[in-house]
Amino acid sequence: MKWGVIVFPGSNCDRDCAHVLANVLDQDVNLIWHGDTSLGNLDAVILPGGFSYGDYLRSGAIAQLSPIMHAVQEFARTGGLVLGICNGFQILLEAGLLPGAMLPNVGLSFLCDDVCVKVENADTPFTRHYESGQVIRIPIAHAEGNYHTDPVTMAALQANAQVVFRYCRADGAVTEQANPNGSLDNIAGLRNPAGNVLGLMPHPERCAEALLNNQDGQLLFRSMIDAVMTGQDKQQAIP
Amino acid sequence: MIRAKIHVTLKSGILDPQGRAIQQSLGTLGFAGVTGVRVGKFLEIELNQDDPVEAEAQLKAMCETLLANTVIEEYQCELAPHPSRHSS
Repeated sequence: MKWGVIVFPGSNCDRDCAHVLANVLDQDVNLIWHGDTSLGNLDAVILPGGFSYGDYLRSGAIAQLSPIMHAVQEFARTGGLVLGICNGFQILLEAGLLPGAMLPNVGLSFLCDDVCVKVENADTPFTRHYESGQVIRIPIAHAEGNYHTDPVTMAALQANAQVVFRYCRADGAVTEQANPNGSLDNIAGLRNPAGNVLGLMPHPERCAEALLNNQDGQLLFRSMIDAVMTGQDKQQAIP
Repeated sequence: MIRAKIHVTLKSGILDPQGRAIQQSLGTLGFAGVTGVRVGKFLEIELNQDDPVEAEAQLKAMCETLLANTVIEEYQCELAPHPSRHSS
């Protein structure tokens, strides 16, 4: 399976993603410079974490205007799998590939921690190797992960089962205390209505190998591989 | 030549944690009676444009597409002639 990881000026998790894919999961990975205009022939694209353009103006606001984003938009429109991690999630929001926006964390701090996240929907190309309701342990590292949207969009997210990950306690209870950043409805990750674009604030690439003593994130990448290999990645996409 | 002053702030219904922290700090310093603080961004934009109607249309488009995220933010534009070109 062929993966592309977009490299924006200020991306800093691009190589972590490429490492996990190439060295842990034996995948074919291209690093793609943001100034390029074509993705080439790919099965999946990752927008990695970092501080693209120094988070100038707003996180992701400048990066979403990079030349490569036209190709990413087209790839998403035709059903290609697009995964945005942390800053990548913020870029997907600014690009309008996912609804809503990020506010600064309620505590105003940059949060670097391990948190518990509940898999709310295991029926997606990104989560099929998890079970619905499964609690995973996964690192977060962000200052702006406080998801916000209007009530109408929120209702649509719930009606379409678009909320894929929620911050929770270790026992799976979704509580205010388990919410690290004030995110609306404890949202940690969500997908588009077609189901082929996922954004999440936690970092699956930082917990995807035995050496790091946590492999909970590996199942996300394995899910995507499985979805592509069985031809089910584009099943739900809007033609 | 027109110079525009643009203020981008969080929409009124949206919690502004920075504003709240500053408000509390002002209270701690003894400034009584501060009932609200909102933190925003200020941008100055110079436009090679003399028609204020056209300038306003351009600035509105800039705010809607890039300068503000209208999911969470609102903006205000204020036009002024560019000082260096101002004839007196």
